[in-house]
Amino acid sequence: MEITEDRLVDARDLMCPMPVMAATKAMRRLEPGQVLKVLATDRGSLGDIPAWAEANDDELLESGERDGVFFFYVRKAAVE
Amino acid sequence: MRQEADIQPTGTTGAVAPAAPVGEEDVRRIVREEIERAFKKDPAARKAALVASKGTLDWAYPPLILAGSAAAIGMDTSIFFTFYGLNSVHRDAARKLKIDPVGNPAMPMPVPIPDIVSALPGMVPMASAMMRSKFAKNNVATISELLDTAKEAGVRLVACQMTVDVFGYAPDDFIDGVEFAGATAFMAEARRAHVTMFI
Repeated sequence: MEITEDRLVDARDLMCPMPVMAATKAMRRLEPGQVLKVLATDRGSLGDIPAWAEANDDELLESGERDGVFFFYVRKAAVE
Repeated sequence: MRQEADIQPTGTTGAVAPAAPVGEEDVRRIVREEIERAFKKDPAARKAALVASKGTLDWAYPPLILAGSAAAIGMDTSIFFTFYGLNSVHRDAARKLKIDPVGNPAMPMPVPIPDIVSALPGMVPMASAMMRSKFAKNNVATISELLDTAKEAGVRLVACQMTVDVFGYAPDDFIDGVEFAGATAFMAEARRAHVTMFI
């Protein structure tokens, strides 16, 4: 099933901690239940984005790699 | 030996089904769940208090990267800039933050350079420029970008009043948003935080 995101953060070429910082900024503008898609090339984001989602009680719906770019779909927690 | 007491519902009247006896496993599970709940509610788990005490270009990065990351996972975060750490929040940070190759065997150099050569005039600006360009080439954010994102994420930047005075700085010498406080104010914050670091 294809997930549709409500907002996209293109953090390609950014290094730690910028993908997470950009994702944080974007997530603040989403409503609970909405989905954020993050694109990153920083290998550290493989650990950082899932840890960031878990710490914020957001849900990592799907993640993977396509053509050397990592992608993450994160659903904003229903209650903050 | 004491007899195991029957667990009965208390404070109720009428037909209530007798509760099942609580075994050791149940107690362990309940305790585990309660501890987990308590951790989630613990305000100290959502607080980070960092000290930035170093004034070189390389040491300016870790406190800002860690503080930004802490704020990104919802932690109420502050950095206490003291002694040379004040360089990072000075308006002239770009000029003040340098790296010295002398006595720094960890610094990667294109060719091995003995300290006696590193000590020559011009080596500090050269090494600093090298580090900046290496970071830029790898798309690492600059100190000023890291400060901006940290502030935006809610990180509080606090300058140590005593060292500000000793170094002869004025409040206007620092970037916008910097607060001023003393060591006790930092400790009062830090004792409520599970994460404190001296960098």
